[in-house]
Amino acid sequence: MAHRWKNDLTRADATPYAAFMNRRQLMGGALGLGLIGAAGAARAAEELVPNSWEDITQYNNYYEFGTRKDDPARNAHTLTTSPWTVKIDGLVDNPGDYSMAQILDAMTIEERIYRFRCVEAWSMVIPWNGFELADLLTMAGVQDGAKYVAFETALRPDEMPGVSYPVLDWPYVEGLRLDEAMHPLTMMATGIYGKTIPNQNGAPMRLVVPWKYGFKSIKSIVRITLTEDEPPTSWNKANAREYGFYSNVNPEVDHPRWSQASERLVGGGLFARRQPTLMFNGYADEVASLYEGMDLSKFI
Amino acid sequence: MSIADRINPLARKLPTWVVYVLYLLPVPVLLYMAQTGGLGREPVKALEHELGEIAIQLLIIGLCISPLRRFAGVNLLKFRRAFGILAFVYVVLHLLVWAVLDVQTLERVWADIVKRPYITVGMGAFVLMLPLIATSNNRAVRWLGPLWRQVHLLTYPVVLLAAVHFIWVRKGFQIEPILYLAVIGGLLALRLIPKRARVAA
Repeated sequence: MAHRWKNDLTRADATPYAAFMNRRQLMGGALGLGLIGAAGAARAAEELVPNSWEDITQYNNYYEFGTRKDDPARNAHTLTTSPWTVKIDGLVDNPGDYSMAQILDAMTIEERIYRFRCVEAWSMVIPWNGFELADLLTMAGVQDGAKYVAFETALRPDEMPGVSYPVLDWPYVEGLRLDEAMHPLTMMATGIYGKTIPNQNGAPMRLVVPWKYGFKSIKSIVRITLTEDEPPTSWNKANAREYGFYSNVNPEVDHPRWSQASERLVGGGLFARRQPTLMFNGYADEVASLYEGMDLSKFI
Repeated sequence: MSIADRINPLARKLPTWVVYVLYLLPVPVLLYMAQTGGLGREPVKALEHELGEIAIQLLIIGLCISPLRRFAGVNLLKFRRAFGILAFVYVVLHLLVWAVLDVQTLERVWADIVKRPYITVGMGAFVLMLPLIATSNNRAVRWLGPLWRQVHLLTYPVVLLAAVHFIWVRKGFQIEPILYLAVIGGLLALRLIPKRARVAA
């Protein structure tokens, strides 16, 4: 069922230029007075202005194509995304190999403008096109015993120059708790700005979980498995102290090597100010209840 | 004619200011690139990284000078101070970009130095460079006498700390910073070869 969640405001509500400039002046004044905290609090309620196509498609972490930010844009063209098959298995009623065409036929594509916060403390705003993961899982028929969803990225040494280095234990794997996976904010993206999603952003289909650090939003998915037990996840396997299974955006819990309290919005140039990071990346109203009673400094 | 015989006369003729000019050229180039998109969509991190990497390269060049003379007879000793001072210049620029453009507030700068081990290590390298830069002049060499050499052994911990800082900043297991550490380890190991052994061989 599409359209269960709406942006507070969308691109259609774009602020008239004059009003935009006015607010910039107000914010500038606030910054001048040192009221950065207040400006940050106001930001949650503001409309989201998406980053440029260039920001979104030329500044990527996709280590299968290299560890530099511009490597994926340079190298990912070698990935064959058509034909593409996604194996859905585990605790589902209708396991099998689903072609991308089959999946797209069954799903309704919509646009979602989400904040995207990388664990490295940079962020973007991205206008995704895609469908809710819940719809795909419902199509596969989730069985009663299923508690988690495991995801796997394609592993193709011939097409992915980065996997010849042991940066991570390939293939890249990720996972969500079933309630997180079924949450209406959680989506599978197949496009950006109304165009087919570029390879470097995870073509032909990638996960988007906007309240979690970006590495949870696994790219170029070839397998989805419903499981009873918490599945292993790549960064957690690489360094459990630094990357937990949950990895919710949380300004109060720092990465052991850097602060998560603020972030740098990509595209601002040399002199852009950092902005405060929001709890659950600004989606606390929607998702905080999923973690009620959990100590978020322990369940990182 | 050996390589040393070709290089040494050239090196004698080449004034040291040429090294300064050549190695300061990347600064305006990088600043221009950062402003015009040449460093990618997020120029601050890229600039920070480029400056740090040039600094560690200059430290490595500095470490090459004495083995080159000892094992290859190539004498570039007169440029060693220039490479050391240039390394310090790049460390300072790296630090400024990090503090002013990246982290942005004194409060956060201090919190990072105290709380983040890889930044503590990097700052350690910077602090150890201060006595080196203060004594990188002829007057200090004369004034300190044999002590000057002892003080400048600090370059070894400086460059090791820099390599650790570089490895630590990356996510996952990455080759590039490990190669730097390997080269530095190799250059430091050369200094362990006893001088007598070579004569005997």
